[in-house]
Amino acid sequence: MIDVENLNKSFGDTQVLKGITTSFEKGKTNLIIGQSGSGKTVFMKCLLGLIEPDEGTISYDGRMFSKLSGREKRDLRQDMGMVFQGSALFDSMTVEENVMFPMDMFTNQSRSEMEDRANLVLKRVNLIDAHKKYPAEISGGMQKRVAIARAIVMNPKYLFCDEPNSGLDPNTAILIDNLIQEITKEFDIITVINSHDMNSVMEIGEKIIFLKNGVKEWEGTNKEIFKTDNKAITDFVYSSELFKKVRQMYIEERN
Amino acid sequence: MVREVFKKPTKWSIMKSLILKEIDELIFGSMGIVIFISVFIGGVVAIQTALNLTNPLIPKDLIGFATRQSVILEFAPTFTSIIMAGKVGSYITSSIGTMRVTEQIDALEVMGVNSLNYLVFPKIIAMLFYPFVIAISMYVGIFGGLIANSLGNYSTSSEFIQGIQLDFIPFHVTYSFIKSIVFAFIIATVPSFHGYYMKGGALDVGKASTTAFVWTSVVIIISNFVLTQLLLG
Repeated sequence: MIDVENLNKSFGDTQVLKGITTSFEKGKTNLIIGQSGSGKTVFMKCLLGLIEPDEGTISYDGRMFSKLSGREKRDLRQDMGMVFQGSALFDSMTVEENVMFPMDMFTNQSRSEMEDRANLVLKRVNLIDAHKKYPAEISGGMQKRVAIARAIVMNPKYLFCDEPNSGLDPNTAILIDNLIQEITKEFDIITVINSHDMNSVMEIGEKIIFLKNGVKEWEGTNKEIFKTDNKAITDFVYSSELFKKVRQMYIEERN
Repeated sequence: MVREVFKKPTKWSIMKSLILKEIDELIFGSMGIVIFISVFIGGVVAIQTALNLTNPLIPKDLIGFATRQSVILEFAPTFTSIIMAGKVGSYITSSIGTMRVTEQIDALEVMGVNSLNYLVFPKIIAMLFYPFVIAISMYVGIFGGLIANSLGNYSTSSEFIQGIQLDFIPFHVTYSFIKSIVFAFIIATVPSFHGYYMKGGALDVGKASTTAFVWTSVVIIISNFVLTQLLLG
């Protein structure tokens, strides 16, 4: 479990995160949602240890990040997998080399062992014929799948995804969402997704945290989001006519 | 930044291949332009010296002597370094800067890799071979002078070679190599700093490359002055 306690972060005079307390459970897809500038990315970067919070603590299965030594932080980071918004694949490496990179860095496995493992995870994300291609030669959806393969190749305990659907067509976006959810269940990991894709919220949001101006405004599941009366979240989620209708239908169905 | 570069080293097997790749890119990849520039600079120095020797009492071997001194003391180490600040420096800034804007550096950090060590250390080590480039530049520059001298018929080849050997002080070559090692460190680190700590998007990568070139040149010129004062003054 990841426990976040009273997290605060400011940049100059601007307080970006204001006393966020929450937790993320194992085997669940957790979504952080909110408008642009609400503090989602900063929150995720704090979770990843890329930004140091001014106040508050983050614990990973009881390991408090701020109390860990440099070596312990490194070890903890090897338990983390991250899928970046733009995939962040290394341009100079082939798809296979990208996936093998963390193993090459942190294990003493032979080349053939690494290749076998890379092939296995690439197969898992439904990428079979792209091994020798460079990131520039494959589509955005394929790049996202390579990024997921790279993130899970070391069997992480924690998987973080920053807007994994951005820039993808609706079909590919659903495919990526389903893939992340399947992997979460299959590997029994904690997945935290930063998103403002409402489809993802409805489909895979087993736990949703809604941030507004750096404050945790609402917390619940994708089922509860239909029932809530919290104005901030309903204004955000049901800003489109389509979702307003979906909600209306849900309420009518319930009644 | 420099302290971080030497902390928490990357696995040697990976680092070895990174260093070899950077030697190929930064050192061998620069040979063509360095040789081209050195030949012509050496030639121009020889021609200008010859054209200014109007007094018949001044021996003709001075052309070779002046070419050797100019090339070894200044043109090979300093002029070449300014060119390298543009060629190698902009490559370093843009490659690291692109990795920054596309979150590849964040990806390294999240994996637990010391990104500064992974990206900058191989470049510093590769640039330790920079004096080799300068040695080639010296040789080719003087050779260019010899060619220009012969083509322009300013003096005989034997007079030019006699001038090259005249009052040769080996420390001048050492001085030049000391400068080139300092310049190599500047060329590897200043552009890396501008690339690594840049903010923004693709357009800012271009701006960072320009800024890096300006600052690298400024630091090279100032340290050239300081080193000359310290070593020859």
